[in-house]
Amino acid sequence: MIIRQFKAMFKARTMEFVRDRGTFFWNLLFPLFLVFGIAFAFSGGEEKLYKIGTIGSANSELSILAMDQMQVILYGDAATALQKLERHQVDMVIDFEAGQYAINHQSNKGRLLRDLFVAQQAATVRIPGDAPAPAFAERTVSGLAARYIDWLVPGVIGMNMMFSSLFGVGYVLVRYRKNGVLKRFKATPVKALNFVSAQAASRLIIVLLTSVFVFVGSNFFLRFMMRGNYLTLLLLTTLGILCMIALGLVFAARLRSEELAGGLLNLITFPMLALSGVFFSLEGSPPILQTIAGLFPLTHFIAAARQVMLDGAGLLTIAPHLAYLAGFTAVCMLLSAALFKWE
Amino acid sequence: MRGIVKVVEKATGFFNNLLSMKQVDPECKVHPLPSTLPATLFSDTLMPMDHIVTVERLSKSYGAVKAVDDISFGIAEGSCFGLLGPNGAGKTTTIEIMEGITAPSGGRVLFRGQPLGADFKGKVGIQFQTTALPEFITVKETLELFSAFYNRPRPMEEVIRLCSLEDILTRDNQKLSGGQRQRMLLALAIIPKPELVFLDEPTTGLDPQARRNFWELIGRIKAERTTVLLTTHYMDEAQILCDRVAIMDKGKILEIDTPDALLAKHFEGVLIHLPYDGCCADSLAGFEGLVMSENSIELQTNTLDTSLKQLLAAHVNLEGLSIHKPNLEDLFIKLTGSSLRV
Repeated sequence: MIIRQFKAMFKARTMEFVRDRGTFFWNLLFPLFLVFGIAFAFSGGEEKLYKIGTIGSANSELSILAMDQMQVILYGDAATALQKLERHQVDMVIDFEAGQYAINHQSNKGRLLRDLFVAQQAATVRIPGDAPAPAFAERTVSGLAARYIDWLVPGVIGMNMMFSSLFGVGYVLVRYRKNGVLKRFKATPVKALNFVSAQAASRLIIVLLTSVFVFVGSNFFLRFMMRGNYLTLLLLTTLGILCMIALGLVFAARLRSEELAGGLLNLITFPMLALSGVFFSLEGSPPILQTIAGLFPLTHFIAAARQVMLDGAGLLTIAPHLAYLAGFTAVCMLLSAALFKWE
Repeated sequence: MRGIVKVVEKATGFFNNLLSMKQVDPECKVHPLPSTLPATLFSDTLMPMDHIVTVERLSKSYGAVKAVDDISFGIAEGSCFGLLGPNGAGKTTTIEIMEGITAPSGGRVLFRGQPLGADFKGKVGIQFQTTALPEFITVKETLELFSAFYNRPRPMEEVIRLCSLEDILTRDNQKLSGGQRQRMLLALAIIPKPELVFLDEPTTGLDPQARRNFWELIGRIKAERTTVLLTTHYMDEAQILCDRVAIMDKGKILEIDTPDALLAKHFEGVLIHLPYDGCCADSLAGFEGLVMSENSIELQTNTLDTSLKQLLAAHVNLEGLSIHKPNLEDLFIKLTGSSLRV
């Protein structure tokens, strides 16, 4: 009986969404346009500096490090530096401790720097009696460059997920309450929990499919980076959407005014948009901002999605983010169940 | 695995309990009835066995405003009961308490002698005064949706036939006209094959033709011996459809009986209606059964011929005179001292 009710309400809500053509296409195409727009905007402007990562005490005698065009970044360990090298975030790594230099053989800039470095080393005139010039062994890594767009895609999917879930559940339920649809359901044997679950499930499927569409659609043209497991990403996305829906349900629990609901939803979506790292990284921003951002579920979704897509992280690596999202979802669900009113 | 299932079941139970606390349970709000009630209090409503629903000393206050003020009545099974009154009389509040949608401030509602239980909503059909429907789905899909809510819904073809929905089955809910919309809402109310149907001002805002069509549909439901509780501020509607009526104003029930009995009790003969232009006030003073208002005169009489002659003798201008049998509208004016505040 409950299953039959659930299925009927799920179907009705989903049809309502799909047939509302304006909203449907807006939900589907807007994020896609956004990705393409940004990809176009950032397609030029490569940075002019070369970046060299160093490990251990840098020998300032190395001519290459003294050049104006070089930005030298000191890393604590070789693994981090090499990972950056794989993603083309640095062009060369010089490891003084291991006596190695490393380049990414898929990077033209890296090969150029290697040639320059080797030539400079050979040409260095040594004063007799000085210590012999340090010898460096070559090491290569491989990996495609992570472009801004690769970094951006998880952010845009997260943002779309947030808006679609919060407004699609929160705003719609408030509208239903205001115009009496909820009151009509209340007059039937349907239980509130069943009704709300059907709404949430319908929205979960819609947002999940939209996210897959945006992912596949933008990937078709942009071929962005996906190093991790697709199932891991799917699990993460599902949890992220559930979390946002649960947050939306808290707002939808008893508000009657669409204006107030809209205002409150904006009040939480905009800070999330600004601070959760959708468009730019918060690395290096004041710690207080980072602490606040750490509270937002969107931050955790986007960070974990980037780890999966850019670093190929597995379930274990993103477990803390998954745990935060799951906890946040549970708290919101309980809160909305306790607060819910039909009228 | 079994453990997980148990935890889930427990959690679901917790949610349901949590949520069901929000549902109205008039039992929680019962004000105990004094053990020595005056015998006349329920003279009309002493819960005869055939009363499907009984209202006992119901009241509802919103702040200082008493929307419903200590009312009691019962509705016989298979009958059509009309709750009449102007806007703001307390009709909707009363009906929504009876539906279990609103909690009363005092008193209680009994369905078949019992407080409204968990299965009540499966046994009654409700048509609210204002309801929006899910958008972008058709009439047929909406019927399917609501059919899924009930254990033994009425067959779809029967619902469609009873409410004459054949022509609009594929129409989007948003594109229904006023009359079609009311037919649709009535259909939703009768899907559970209800024992009792609540209709809250179902014809308000409809044109005369649509109202008459709607009366025919209610007639079909009455013919099935379904009990109907109808609120309306159209007295002609009540007179045609209702077996018994209660006239409400300002939260109280002023009269309750069959329309004929009420009219017989309060009126004799016919009513003469005249526009009043202010003349001859002195000569009219002697007439019995005469009610004067600012711009009309109403005269109730058993002897029409004599009364007309008297009016002529008093040199009253008979231009615009009309004679009619008293109806519930006249009764309402008589009882409340005012015309319908529609």
